[in-house]
Amino acid sequence: MPTIVVEVMPKAELLDPAGKAVAGALRREGGHPFSDVRIGKRFELTVDGEVTDAVLAHARKLADEMLSNAVIEDVVKISVLEGSLT
Amino acid sequence: MRIGVVTFPGSLDDSDARRAVRIAGAEPVALWHGDHDLQGVDAVVLPGGFSYGDYLRCGAIAARSPIMRDVVDAANSGMPVLGICNGFQVLVEAHLLPGGLIRNDHGDFVCRDQGLRVENASTAWTNGFQQGQEITIPLKNGEGGFIADAETLARLEGDGLVAFRYTGLNPNGSLNDIAGLTNERGNVVGLMPHPEHAVEPGFGPDTASAMRSGVDGLTFFTSVLQSTLARA
Repeated sequence: MPTIVVEVMPKAELLDPAGKAVAGALRREGGHPFSDVRIGKRFELTVDGEVTDAVLAHARKLADEMLSNAVIEDVVKISVLEGSLT
Repeated sequence: MRIGVVTFPGSLDDSDARRAVRIAGAEPVALWHGDHDLQGVDAVVLPGGFSYGDYLRCGAIAARSPIMRDVVDAANSGMPVLGICNGFQVLVEAHLLPGGLIRNDHGDFVCRDQGLRVENASTAWTNGFQQGQEITIPLKNGEGGFIADAETLARLEGDGLVAFRYTGLNPNGSLNDIAGLTNERGNVVGLMPHPEHAVEPGFGPDTASAMRSGVDGLTFFTSVLQSTLARA
């Protein structure tokens, strides 16, 4: 089945306490060059039928109005899952 | 006077809210999230808890439940609506109040008796308080950090829509120490702390005079009785 992937991240200017907690654990781990972590969400929408421009636009609307909250989050990417069209 | 309390899957404080309504002298009416029926109530309380397991975002799925369409319509035509904790998050997700609530800045769940200052004593749910009155009611949440963009924040402050502010240490990183909001009309109020847990001597916060004697939360429910009677 075709699958549309929606990725949502907490706004860059906002504190991401969950990411901060993981970053703390990473620091304790040591021995790597990773200085920070932010945690977002990934939604996979299974599409009944073909992925048309209208379907993508509908996914965008859903992403903006329901899957994310514009006050605290940004939709950073909407894409069609590779290999899901075949 | 009949006050509805909506139960969502994952609501925890719905029975406490109904009890608070009864102690205040009104008749509590249990409402169900899946119905499209407000059963003719005069006011609605959205209680605390973890509706839908806080999935998606706190309050986001509950805000799109069948009964919320009726609650939004009723609120827009002036019915008093109080959102407590998760209920506040539902009100924000339903766009009845602005801004958003995110995880506490320190990352921990907080549970304590919390001092508040009443910043707007002219709403349907706060008219029994004095403007600037300091009260104490329980606070218990993991995602109570209030945020809004600078423009929204300035409007909230300028228009007197901040209903409650935390006193003492800010418990969750809320901007401007905001604990609760009201809408322009003053019929919708949302706050993170729990008035329904401070309505009965023996079970409320400690006060200077006696342990667990705090009943500051009762005024929320007597206020709405007063404002509804005045409207009738």
